[in-house]
Amino acid sequence: MKGYLGIDIGSISTKGVVLDENDTIIASSYIWTEGNPVSAVQRLISLLKKELPSDIQIKGIGTTGSARKLIGLMVDASIIKNEITAHAVGTMHFHKDVQTILEIGGQDSKIILIENGIIKDYAMNTLCAAGTGSFLSSQAKRLDINVEDFGDLALTSKNPVKIAARCTVFAESDLIHKAQVGYPKKDIVAGLCKSIVMNYLNNVGKGKKIKEPIVFQGGVSKNKGVVHFFEEALQTNVIVDENSHLMGAIGIALLSKKMESEKVYNLDVCDISFETRGTECRGCPNRCDIVRIFKDGKHIDTFGNKCEVGSR
Amino acid sequence: MVPVYYLLSHILKEEIIMPPMITQKTLELGVKHSPEFVCMPFKFTLGTFIECLEKGANILVQAGGGCRYGYYAELQEEILKELGYDFTYINLVSKGKMDIKEIREQLKKIDITFSTKKSIYYVFISSKMIKYMDKIDFYIRENIGFEEKKGSFLSLKGEMLKAFTKAKSFFHLFYLYQKYKYKFRKLPKKKKNKKYKVGIIGELYTLMEPFANYHIEYELAKYGIAILRYTNVHYLLFEKKNKIKKYLKKTKDYISYKMGADAADNVARCKYLCMKKYDGIIHMKSSFCTPEIGAMPILNKICKEYDVPIIYFSFDAATSEVGIKTRIEAFYDMIEMRKNK
Repeated sequence: MKGYLGIDIGSISTKGVVLDENDTIIASSYIWTEGNPVSAVQRLISLLKKELPSDIQIKGIGTTGSARKLIGLMVDASIIKNEITAHAVGTMHFHKDVQTILEIGGQDSKIILIENGIIKDYAMNTLCAAGTGSFLSSQAKRLDINVEDFGDLALTSKNPVKIAARCTVFAESDLIHKAQVGYPKKDIVAGLCKSIVMNYLNNVGKGKKIKEPIVFQGGVSKNKGVVHFFEEALQTNVIVDENSHLMGAIGIALLSKKMESEKVYNLDVCDISFETRGTECRGCPNRCDIVRIFKDGKHIDTFGNKCEVGSR
Repeated sequence: MVPVYYLLSHILKEEIIMPPMITQKTLELGVKHSPEFVCMPFKFTLGTFIECLEKGANILVQAGGGCRYGYYAELQEEILKELGYDFTYINLVSKGKMDIKEIREQLKKIDITFSTKKSIYYVFISSKMIKYMDKIDFYIRENIGFEEKKGSFLSLKGEMLKAFTKAKSFFHLFYLYQKYKYKFRKLPKKKKNKKYKVGIIGELYTLMEPFANYHIEYELAKYGIAILRYTNVHYLLFEKKNKIKKYLKKTKDYISYKMGADAADNVARCKYLCMKKYDGIIHMKSSFCTPEIGAMPILNKICKEYDVPIIYFSFDAATSEVGIKTRIEAFYDMIEMRKNK
């Protein structure tokens, strides 16, 4: 049996999916990155291994997400692609006629416009991470609520408070102020969800024509409150796939299938020692922050260097 | 930088210090002493000035631009004086205008042997040099994506610049230009099988200083993309004045007056690139660049009308390189998908 592994290593969570020849999911996993992509992927693969049948042959591995290059090197991936393309490919596989993809992840948010199966336009949040998953989870901690319960609590509110949508720092001081004045928790939570939506539409979605059908994905799409306010703001139906959190991993697995070679990959990276060391290169005044990567104690690559000096 | 060095070293007796390459250290120095919300070019030039002063310079020369850059000279002088440096400041564009007489007086003050006749001769040679360099750069940009040996173009360019500083006369310069043009043509190149063309427009400093735009041109070249960029030194110095009227006429459906700095030029170029069926347009600016912010909605409209993809980059000291690479990669994928439909 042939299988294709897609790994999406985000800032907050790491997602893995194994597809078979007919593009159906035979194993999937979703874990927290916890600031260490290498160990997260090692955990992820050992989790996936338990779900897989024993006769599986992995014919392709793809990596995407912000740590795609590092992990791509670690698992010797056949394809390393950005998350925008991966998300578009994954979504178009399940929703053939999709025209707009809204995506809010842990650290970034993006909008992808599709016409006749071709990416027409895209945008990604720029300088800051306002209105993304990490903001929601840090505020959930402040309010002492589980992130998972956030959406349900938001839906119970009839009167969401107004929270500044432009900037996370302003939003946070607004939120503290509202809490101290005495607003109930559910209204604050709902206001927070609404501010995420407003921030998204005013920031990444600015000037973009959002056409139906709309698919919403990324970790935040699991938050029912945010989905509700998106539907309210756009005044249409917003589709959230049951695998919306895995879409990037599915997309990159599909792409790795296209790149199929004779090579059979083995999944024992969990046992290999894989070490990264960050240093400041002193070769020239540029002072690049470089990361040197060691596999089994051997130096195999360097990231972050602007010139040859740093790669030694 | 080379033509300016050439010009000054020929008309003045004083020793000219070549500013060091812009590095992270330059930026850190600039950021430390600049107002927080000023745009990046200010920070870069201030950092460079400090580095030059540390090297022992005692005369600084600042040009100006058509936006708030025109007032930077005055502000930078104040900042540097407050830091305790002792120097003479020559401002080529004071109060938003260029006054040749005044510049001459200032130069005479520095060097009594300063001769107007001689300097006019060297001004002409330097301007020719700028033109040649820009022409070579244009060729490099179109072809560097296809170089056989990594870095061969850039090392030849360095060699060329060194040779240019030793040019003796008009004729010698012309000879050098022809020689290096031939050398560039002869550099081994890969066959151009799939060629996408991308135009780069935007704020001039960010466009022209590779450090300020995270070497985006080189990044694009890795994908085998041919790059077209209009803004270069020669354009800014000599062509801009004559072309702006033409540009305004061509874009009269979109704008009715020039919006400061290069905004109107960029609108015209964007329209031209769209009409020439370029595969994509990249717009770059440093954060808070007001003229370009004004141009962006118009660019958006033009690109929508002609159905050409455009992306915007806004650079600041903090933008991470990985984010830029991700966007470029996605932009490339998008262009490829559009082409192969």
